[in-house]
Amino acid sequence: MDLSGRKITLHDMCLRDGMHPMQHQISVEQMVTVAKAMDEAGVPLIEVTHGDGLGGTSVNYGFPAASDEEYLTAVCKEMKNTKVSALLLPGIGTVDHLKMAVDCGISTIRIATHCTEADVSEQHIGMAGQIEGLDTVGFLMMAHMIEAEELVEQLLLMESYGANCVYITDSAGYMLPDDVTARVELARKELKPETELGFHGHHNLAMGIANSLAGVAAGANRIDGSMAGLGAGAGNTPLEVFIAVCDRMGIETGVDTFKAMDIAEDLIVPMMDHIVRVDRDALTLGYAGVYSSFLLFAKRSAEKYNLSSRDILVELGRRRTVGGQEDMIEDLALDMAKAAGTL
Amino acid sequence: MGNKVKAAIIGPGNIGTDLLMKAMRSDVIEPVWMVGVDPDSPGLARAEDLGLKTTADGVDGMVPSMREDGVQICFDATSAYVHAENSRKVNAQGAVMIDLTPAAIGPYCVPPVNLDEAVAARAMNVNMVTCGGQATIPMVYAVSRVQPVSYGEIVATVSSKSAGPGTRKNIDEFTRTTADGIASVGGADEGKAIIIINPAEPPLMMRDTIHCLTKDEPDQAAITQSVQEMIREVQKYVPGYTLKNGPVFDGNRVSIYMEVEGLGDFLPRYAGNLDIMTAAGLRTAEMYAQQILSGEFVPVASAA
Repeated sequence: MDLSGRKITLHDMCLRDGMHPMQHQISVEQMVTVAKAMDEAGVPLIEVTHGDGLGGTSVNYGFPAASDEEYLTAVCKEMKNTKVSALLLPGIGTVDHLKMAVDCGISTIRIATHCTEADVSEQHIGMAGQIEGLDTVGFLMMAHMIEAEELVEQLLLMESYGANCVYITDSAGYMLPDDVTARVELARKELKPETELGFHGHHNLAMGIANSLAGVAAGANRIDGSMAGLGAGAGNTPLEVFIAVCDRMGIETGVDTFKAMDIAEDLIVPMMDHIVRVDRDALTLGYAGVYSSFLLFAKRSAEKYNLSSRDILVELGRRRTVGGQEDMIEDLALDMAKAAGTL
Repeated sequence: MGNKVKAAIIGPGNIGTDLLMKAMRSDVIEPVWMVGVDPDSPGLARAEDLGLKTTADGVDGMVPSMREDGVQICFDATSAYVHAENSRKVNAQGAVMIDLTPAAIGPYCVPPVNLDEAVAARAMNVNMVTCGGQATIPMVYAVSRVQPVSYGEIVATVSSKSAGPGTRKNIDEFTRTTADGIASVGGADEGKAIIIINPAEPPLMMRDTIHCLTKDEPDQAAITQSVQEMIREVQKYVPGYTLKNGPVFDGNRVSIYMEVEGLGDFLPRYAGNLDIMTAAGLRTAEMYAQQILSGEFVPVASAA
């Protein structure tokens, strides 16, 4: 695989996807410290919000240590070169949150929907596309659940609403490199040449690096990851590792490899509540195709109702649950406990 | 048929057609008009076959003859974007508007919570909140009538097939209007609404999770009883309104897990989200109709 000379944009997820394993409790001070180190290391783009995006604060997903507005305001004003993005899931956040985030100083908004439901993003992408200079990204989650042809139709919808970049998102960390290649290749062929294309991976089957490379090889130019892999499930593509690999392969990221390693080791790992790794439950997510942020919810319900978290996750996969259905987990656990006669 | 109030349905889509089928069984409502904008709409053709007058010219196509036809109640099953204009036009002809869109320009009505109040106020425009609101606000109220609720949150999960273009284009209005109704009708100090669309096949039944945070420790027995009573109230017009699990008590959190199966009139049974809307809209219209028939309420035309 010769990718030397390719230029890609890296996007760090520690301060958004990383909120999941931290139960949304990263403090404003921690965010600012991490963000400044990212800026210093040359990371071009970082995402900051509640793990479930703008407006994610809830009983269902968890109440964060600070509001999106507090996080974004604190981080944006400290950045010299690094740009800040925010995520928004229609159905959870609204255009009011989007406007707030723009006022806080974000430069990128990412509008996320389930892979078959792109049309719910029309309102949000349409409005974002009209804001001068706002990098507007469409983000299709759980992209393993449909084939390349159907996925590309949905990406084209987002492009038609005004997205200048679209993402193929492996929310469950289920994809294997060939799955990424098929989807990215077809998307690159069908999208306008000027539309950027991104890949967001999860490391549940330890495929983060391999999948991201497959994405770059097939024509993706934006790659998500997080330092030390701080993200839902077994985490995102470990960014410091990916940066070192890119460095070796001659892929230009503009990020300082050693500084990236230092962020992972000195800032992120000490911050973790638990070591984010491919444990049995995270592996089950990838194996069964389940939304990565269900991990801690399944563990908690398993403990509360004396069940196996793996059984819960496998059943969630079988029922083809989608991102955001965290409320299903306790409900299902109650059904399973009743069936087992323990409730 | 002298003992029925004549009604018009605006919007011959899935909701409008399901509403028509329910309304045809009503003892006090007689649907006489179906209003659309597309001459090729199958919903208009269906209504015509059932003997209704139809137009593809929108509300303007009905306005010239609606007084003559005796229309006193209209249902709007179109979208929030065009609702205000539709409402203004039919109010000017002396008809009450039952709003099934999330436009929310009139007072909210969630039948088992505040139907009497809404009808007693004799508003010429009454809003049915949202499908998620109809399915969950009764539960928030069931908790808040026992003890103060500082925060009410609902998660509505609907099948992809039951989320029509109106809902999809209006998704922000759904979350805003539902959140507002959780507070103003449900009685929570603060409301939050989340909607999830799931494309699984076969389509999943509408699911609703209701989380309330009570100010003081929840009175488990009283809340459980209140929830069960409220479920029986909703079941009077939506028999498939079912408690799946709960109430679960965890500190000050009260969680209730519901499933809503529709009657399957025109819409499939899994689309409980749409069924609860049409059933609630019709129930509201029937209350108005009884007041009109008894002479207690005479709808009056407002200035156009």
